[in-house]
Amino acid sequence: MKRIKRRYLALQLECEEPPSEREFMDALWAAATKLYGEVGSSMAGLSLINFNVERKIFVVRSSLISLPSVRASLATITRVAEKEAAVHVLAISGTLKALYTAIN
Amino acid sequence: MTRVFADLHLRINPNDQQTAQRLLNRAARFNYHFVSIPFVYKVQQDQINSLKSMCTQAGLDAVLRADFRPRTPDDLTHFLRKFRRRFEIICVVCESKEVARQAAKDRRVDLLNFPSLDYHKRFFDRAEAELASNSLAALEVDIKSLLVLEGPPRIRLLANLRREVAIAREFHVPLILSSGITEEHLMRKPRDLASLAYLFGLNEAEALDAVSSKPVAIITRNREKLSNRFVAPGITILKEGKTA
Repeated sequence: MKRIKRRYLALQLECEEPPSEREFMDALWAAATKLYGEVGSSMAGLSLINFNVERKIFVVRSSLISLPSVRASLATITRVAEKEAAVHVLAISGTLKALYTAIN
Repeated sequence: MTRVFADLHLRINPNDQQTAQRLLNRAARFNYHFVSIPFVYKVQQDQINSLKSMCTQAGLDAVLRADFRPRTPDDLTHFLRKFRRRFEIICVVCESKEVARQAAKDRRVDLLNFPSLDYHKRFFDRAEAELASNSLAALEVDIKSLLVLEGPPRIRLLANLRREVAIAREFHVPLILSSGITEEHLMRKPRDLASLAYLFGLNEAEALDAVSSKPVAIITRNREKLSNRFVAPGITILKEGKTA
């Protein structure tokens, strides 16, 4: 079976109060589901890898094929946990090591 | 080569200076180089100057833009005759087919904008694109509606945009992506703005061009035309001689 290529995304969340890990992922899944439906979202292979509450930086993983659709759905997020928010992509990388080097 | 990014549609209220300053600072932080704030043609010169100085303070290059919603083609011609040389960018919001056709034909119009919510008023069809391709008009797409709308209205808008993008591509009409935002939390980084264009069928390079090289080309062309040294396309005054 062919190996699935992945990409790691470092995301900067802009909001007044930092949400919990679950609230953030719920917002992300909701945005993806609204745009692509449940089947489409399931193909993105989204998962949370790490988060830094103080800096409001989240690291998520997605499959390389669905990267453009994941980026589009991230840009459509306007609320997280019922509060106004925006998600900006800080860096994208194929390895976590390179990603952390890019954002630090 | 590093891209220079432009947002040609920051809808700032010139009377609300605090919000304007916050939006402009954010635009500078997000790596935009050019920002354009649409003015109505009755705007006071001191309002323009104060917004320009705010842009300079934030490290941005302000582009003067006028938005106009003419009711008739004659109205549009009258407006262009009077205001073309006062503004660097002229955008026509087309609310009737006659106006849309006239705006697409007129070489003095830079941007064609169509109402996002009323899909009956999106007149960008093949005839419109053919006219626009012979003049210099570009199609402007405001991203704000994609962020604000949900459900059926967004589905309808995406379907219309996908059709319009295909037509624009076929007739080589330039496409410009603008934010069209009034609120701070809706502002997106240029690459995030471009990523939204994936939803209506633009590839990555086309989407990045629509927020960088295409709008920058319009600004450069118009600034050159509005300068005192411009004579005709390709002819500029380099040095003035003394009269005998």
